[in-house]
Amino acid sequence: MTTTNNLISVKNLSKVYEMGDFEVHALRDVTLEIQKGSFVAVMGPSGSGKSTFMNILGCLDNPTSGEYYLDGIDVLKLDKNELATLRNNKIGFIFQSFNILPRTSALENVELPLLYNGKINAKERTERASEALRSVGLADRLHYLPSQLSGGQQQRVAIARALVNNPLIIMADEPTGNLDTHASYEIMDIFQQLNGKGITILMVTHEPDIADFALSNILFRDGQIISNETVQNRKLAKEELPKLPSIKMEVTAK
Amino acid sequence: MKLLNLIKIASRSLRKNKMRVFLTMLGIIIGVASVISMLAIGEGSRQNIEASVSSLGTNTVMIYPGSVNQGGVRMGAGSYSTLTQKDADVLATRCEYLTEVSPVVMRSSQVIAGSQNWHTMVVGGYNSYISIRSLKIESGNLFSSGDQRNAAKVCVIGQTVSTNLFGEGTDPVGQFIRINSIPFRVIGLLEKKGQNTFGQDQDDIIIAPFSTVQKRMLSGMYVNNILASSRSEGDMENAKEQVTEILRLQHKLGQEDEDDFTVRSQADIANVFGSISKVLTILLASIASISLLVGGIGIMNIMLVSVTERTREIGIRMAVGAKSRDVLFQFMIESVFISFIGGLIGILFGILVSQLVARFGGWPVVITASSVLLSFAFSAIVGIFFGWYPARKAAGLNPIDALRYE
Repeated sequence: MTTTNNLISVKNLSKVYEMGDFEVHALRDVTLEIQKGSFVAVMGPSGSGKSTFMNILGCLDNPTSGEYYLDGIDVLKLDKNELATLRNNKIGFIFQSFNILPRTSALENVELPLLYNGKINAKERTERASEALRSVGLADRLHYLPSQLSGGQQQRVAIARALVNNPLIIMADEPTGNLDTHASYEIMDIFQQLNGKGITILMVTHEPDIADFALSNILFRDGQIISNETVQNRKLAKEELPKLPSIKMEVTAK
Repeated sequence: MKLLNLIKIASRSLRKNKMRVFLTMLGIIIGVASVISMLAIGEGSRQNIEASVSSLGTNTVMIYPGSVNQGGVRMGAGSYSTLTQKDADVLATRCEYLTEVSPVVMRSSQVIAGSQNWHTMVVGGYNSYISIRSLKIESGNLFSSGDQRNAAKVCVIGQTVSTNLFGEGTDPVGQFIRINSIPFRVIGLLEKKGQNTFGQDQDDIIIAPFSTVQKRMLSGMYVNNILASSRSEGDMENAKEQVTEILRLQHKLGQEDEDDFTVRSQADIANVFGSISKVLTILLASIASISLLVGGIGIMNIMLVSVTERTREIGIRMAVGAKSRDVLFQFMIESVFISFIGGLIGILFGILVSQLVARFGGWPVVITASSVLLSFAFSAIVGIFFGWYPARKAAGLNPIDALRYE
């Protein structure tokens, strides 16, 4: 069924929500394979099923029917606890609204996934969390609370949290939705660096300029994939960042 | 999943809500503290009653004048004097179960010594009165039977009287006092006895020979009561029966007539007050338990609110790999911690309150290990019991629903 190069393989995936008397088909027979090392941007209008698709791939939600293999594992055969372990070990999540714990320091937020991994001791936990924060450029903000960080910095804390367990894949649901252009491009820079190190990235976005940073784009409409194309003129965040008007720099620098 | 990590997760979460944790704890603190102090007060008065019973002598028999029937009109117990010195003397010779018998007369009087004066109770009795009531002479002597025969103007006085008339630490033996203008020589000082169960100062007393008090200070032949001691505790019931028999004969009561006296043992009275204090303790403890229960419901309330408030947080935790079990344990640990620490603080607080009651209220308190254990165990159970439901609710959340919760 799966070849060794396929990280994600879904076949005839459907999701039906029952709303009273009628049914809403969020996904209709989606079939897709994502190889290791991909950087996929999932596009589509609101209600096209792209978020549902992401949630199912992220093992947060169950499909109504279909098959789903993640890294060769038949995900739909796993129980709740095994899914939690799978999320903990193989998937890193990034959300539009950051979803980091309030009144909790950056370091403690990043330590969170490791606390749910019983094999890691306290010393290693702190080391790995600090290292993850350093890799997203927040080495000097370890003990800052979310309220003391800018939106871009909060999202970078979320990225560090997603990275800390060395996941195979990062799933980002509109990671730049709440950020200005400069902060968004910085996040894309981090994504491109991570992708360069071999981490697979799956990102939902509805901003075409953000999708251009990915390697390939998938377009959803009415619960189906209507196109799956390689990005022709891929942008590199390293090159795009200096081109932004300098006033943006000052705003985010505050 | 290591328990240590879960404890760390729970403690981090608690630290972020110090005010909420404290307010939740307050319910448990008050509950445990009131259980402990109520039980301490109850136990204290029970032990106090027991102690005063044994200090009075467990084999004491008291005979009080009882109700009389005058032409069909029944008077209440103690309303009429029916007992005489002769009754006491008859009992002393005829009742084989009694070892010592003394008639008792009392009169409260103003006592003067030098420039000081004091109002106290003057008791007249035989010299056996002292031993029946388990009183002891600290210095000087007890009056003799010769003093009794001659109605000698001598007396022994209690510590309170001595302190008030002669000052602290002065030996009053040999001094003169005037009771109702009659000069008495103090020949003995009683040992300190302290308060009895009802808060009455047992040292505020003057004891003089029976005949002295009756002839020189009172008129009439009736006595207030008759005090006796039985041969042993086991003979108590026999003694009471025999006393009743002899007195009925002595008072010439017919078959249909009611007793015009009441015979009580010290134990009877102690039992009555013992059961009153027991009922009181149960009452206090149940009120205190209710506050502990309310404290527990407070925990459940806060934990339930916090589950709703923290739904998104639970979603985040599940997304990064928390199992349902982990969330369940986190919430359980939080509520058990609150009740546990609340219980500990409550114990300290309860001990403090008990000590304050003892010091400023003058009420005897005894904190028993069992009451501490009981309230602590109860608070821990409350924490587990009332923490379970909110924790289950949190653990049962679906990760995606929790994450989407606004």
